[in-house]
Amino acid sequence: MSGTQEAGAPAPTPNESTEDATSTESEVPAEGKKQIRKEQFRVLYTSPGFIIGVLIVGFWIVASVLPGILTSFNPKEFVEAGPRVRPSSEAWLGTDKNGWDVYTRVIYGARKILTIAPISTAVAIVVGTFLGLIMGYYKGWVDEILSRVIEAILSIPIILMAIVIIFTFGRSTTVIIGTIAVLFVPAITRTIRSAAIAESDLDYVVSAKMRGESGFFIVTREILPNVTGLVVVEGTVRLGYAIFTYTTLAFLGFVGGNITDADWGIDVSQNYEQIARDIWWPSIFPAAAIASLVIGVNLIADSIDKAVNS
Amino acid sequence: MTVTESHTPEPADLAAAPALAVDGLEMSYVVRGTPRKILRGVTFEVRQGEAYGLVGESGCGKSTTAYAALRYLPSNGVIDAGRVLSGGEELTAMSAIELRKFRAERASMVFQDPVQAVNPVLKIGTQVAEAFQVMGQSKAEARVSALAALERVHIAAPESVMERYPHQLSGGMLQRVVIAMGLACDPTLLVLDEPTTGLDATVEAEVLDLVRELRSELNSAILLIAHNLGVIRTMCDRVGVMYAGRIVEEGTVAEVFDNPSHPYTKGLLNSIPRRGLRKTDSELFSIPGAAPPIGASLPNCTFVDRCPIATDLCRTDVPPIVQRSEGHWTRCHHVDRLDEVPEPEKVTVKYDIGTEQVIGVEGVSKTFRQRGRDVPALVGVNLGFAEGETLGLVGESGSGKSTLAKTMLGVHAPDEGGAITLRGRTMADKATSRIEESVRAISMVFQNPDSALNRAWTVRRILHRSVVKLTGVKGAAADRRVEEIAEGMQLSTRHLDMRPRQLSGGLKQRVAIARAFAGDPEVVVCDEPTSALDVSVQAAILNLLARLQNEERSSYLFISHDIGVVRYLADRIAVMYLGRIMEIGATQTMFEGVNHPYTEALLSAVPSVDGVAENRIPLTGSIPSPANPPPGCVFHTRCHRAIAGLCEVTEPELVELSPGHSIKCHLTVEQLNEPIKADVVATLS
Repeated sequence: MSGTQEAGAPAPTPNESTEDATSTESEVPAEGKKQIRKEQFRVLYTSPGFIIGVLIVGFWIVASVLPGILTSFNPKEFVEAGPRVRPSSEAWLGTDKNGWDVYTRVIYGARKILTIAPISTAVAIVVGTFLGLIMGYYKGWVDEILSRVIEAILSIPIILMAIVIIFTFGRSTTVIIGTIAVLFVPAITRTIRSAAIAESDLDYVVSAKMRGESGFFIVTREILPNVTGLVVVEGTVRLGYAIFTYTTLAFLGFVGGNITDADWGIDVSQNYEQIARDIWWPSIFPAAAIASLVIGVNLIADSIDKAVNS
Repeated sequence: MTVTESHTPEPADLAAAPALAVDGLEMSYVVRGTPRKILRGVTFEVRQGEAYGLVGESGCGKSTTAYAALRYLPSNGVIDAGRVLSGGEELTAMSAIELRKFRAERASMVFQDPVQAVNPVLKIGTQVAEAFQVMGQSKAEARVSALAALERVHIAAPESVMERYPHQLSGGMLQRVVIAMGLACDPTLLVLDEPTTGLDATVEAEVLDLVRELRSELNSAILLIAHNLGVIRTMCDRVGVMYAGRIVEEGTVAEVFDNPSHPYTKGLLNSIPRRGLRKTDSELFSIPGAAPPIGASLPNCTFVDRCPIATDLCRTDVPPIVQRSEGHWTRCHHVDRLDEVPEPEKVTVKYDIGTEQVIGVEGVSKTFRQRGRDVPALVGVNLGFAEGETLGLVGESGSGKSTLAKTMLGVHAPDEGGAITLRGRTMADKATSRIEESVRAISMVFQNPDSALNRAWTVRRILHRSVVKLTGVKGAAADRRVEEIAEGMQLSTRHLDMRPRQLSGGLKQRVAIARAFAGDPEVVVCDEPTSALDVSVQAAILNLLARLQNEERSSYLFISHDIGVVRYLADRIAVMYLGRIMEIGATQTMFEGVNHPYTEALLSAVPSVDGVAENRIPLTGSIPSPANPPPGCVFHTRCHRAIAGLCEVTEPELVELSPGHSIKCHLTVEQLNEPIKADVVATLS
């Protein structure tokens, strides 16, 4: 759907090449695909949103892979400053009620979220794309039944749904990933379904049917490659939501592990009550970390979307 | 835009000033950060009360010029130089408020697709009235004015139309509504951008009649953009031929079309089948190469790369403007050598049509069920295709042409009793249950190659898949076969590794044709294969189809609304109306002799580039719904020769007038030969 249209210009794709024409008409004198890609990447690299997004997300990725190079403390190590100390040169972001360094806990907290959010997004994308393609191509009763199921899922409040799943299957990481994926599949399915419906109406699908191709071939080989751009955009957008959803679950105490683990959502929930006593730093800084990661991912998602459609 | 000059023209000056003057306009579109030149100095004027046409291939800047005429540019459009003036006032220097006032009160634009030009959720009355409210009328006044405006564009029962929504109107009706809205301000300048491109020939003729009539009534200036040269010829006083963002020739329509003085104009005119040209007479001329893309850096004469008479001078020097006659000029170095522009090649091969019927359509009816009602889309259609024969299929949209094609291809199953036969043997109804031989026997070329080719696949993969699937050839043999086919279509191996979007419209259609021939088919169904293409590219495709047919001995079902193209390519023509064949006969006979009244009306509706004025027979109203066909002869509601008491009661049989020429009509040859009643035609002119 994207990338084929020049924004605003009612003229065919421009070109730089001066290739000779062997037939009576030459190719839209191909500014080849490479050229377009190159220009799209230039638009991407030069957009401030993308640069800021990459810096933010890059920082958190470093934190999750090598937390040791960003802090010399351990997340569960008493620091000399003592408990409930304001941000200072000794403890950059202060210390919490247990005497743990807030900065260190924020750095160490990145790992879990940066593992679970992308994996659950990936699972949701794979399942959602598959279902969306099937529904969009076959339509009919397959579509009817799956549509009703999706509507049913969407009609249950997210938190309620998560509580049901987690209390039924336990709090292991696998269940958390599964829960977030289940929550996201309906929205992704709908997006891909509408794209697949539009594709199925195109003549290349009619042509494939006329030469007797199987439905499986048409869906996976003919239609799927034409919706990958949309899948990428959908994936980056969902990743932002997945981060939110995970921290929400962590805040509510639904994720496994110990409440002393370094985890942004858990840290916020463990410390937010103290805001009333003016001890804001142990909860606000993890919250800010969540916000920065979501903003960073969204900035990247927006920039990719813009570049793909430019 | 830092024009400081103030414009307060004298009243006398204003009256004499042209309705639109474009002066040395240069424009670019900014695409992915780079400005790309689209207009390279366009200069022309449209005098008051004059109709000016712009022609040229797509991508030459026609539409950009039209939009620039109202300074209505997309957000990435930049004016680099030049001015646009209307009635002496400079549009390029106007503030946003002045511009808005100008567009509201003095200029209007009608777009190509009326469906997109109206708001689908507002009633027609509300929308038309809105145009008057902008002019300062009260709600009640505006309603009265809207009713009058709809009457002015000849909409039947305007009161009821006011209460309807856009989706309840046909394309032709909607375009009238859009024109009515455009006329709300009695514009001094009316810009029409391909106003009839998506419409049927009969509807097109009606809309053009309307514009012509309104023009004499309003005395407004018209700028008409069209790729159909016939439309320009019949509608305009003067015409400018655009190429690569410049006007290369300008003059009165008669001068330019009868005495073209630029190699490009000559090429364009030679590429359309004119004056009853047939494939047996001569090939069509196709201008070599393709129009340059926007932003390309071009030599001094922009046309030099495609020009058959270019010399080195054309690269080094800007061509001068050469006056040919009063008001007719061309921008060419070599006006004296125009005779050297090659004429289309005469055809020497003989087109050989077999006698044995290869594919037969026997008593095929197709009834769809919609909301519990039967909708007959095809009724008792009989057709046969001999080897190497082209059957042209014409008729308005909704007449069942595509349903017939899809039924033949096994997308729809015909009703009980009808059958598609291959050399006498009945084929299975659906493509999925047909044996391999039957699937191979019929293939299709679609109207729009963008939709017909998988964007994600390379050309090689597209062709390879069809070869493997249809012929069962595998491995290296399949690769070889793909290259053979591509070569036959004049596609180079370089094209094979490209994706459709990297190819021009003409090349894409070649790939689509190559795919259709991959299985060595008996019949190729061509559904408007050239209607999305420029005339020069259309010529190349028609030449290719004619040549392939001779080499491969396959038959064509050629569906088109362009009578000229059908006449050029088809050996026989069938005319369809409401799912029935109304007339069928050899092409020669169809254009010479007695015709069914419907055919007669269709043929008279075609705007001719040769400027031969003919009496047009109007087809009033639109084609009836197949769900509710009129009793008796289905055409009697729109027939100008209908006999009261007979035609609305009994449906006529298909009778043979001469060998191979049949019509479905009650009238005798003598009755059909009678001149048409004067009042039928007179209402037009």
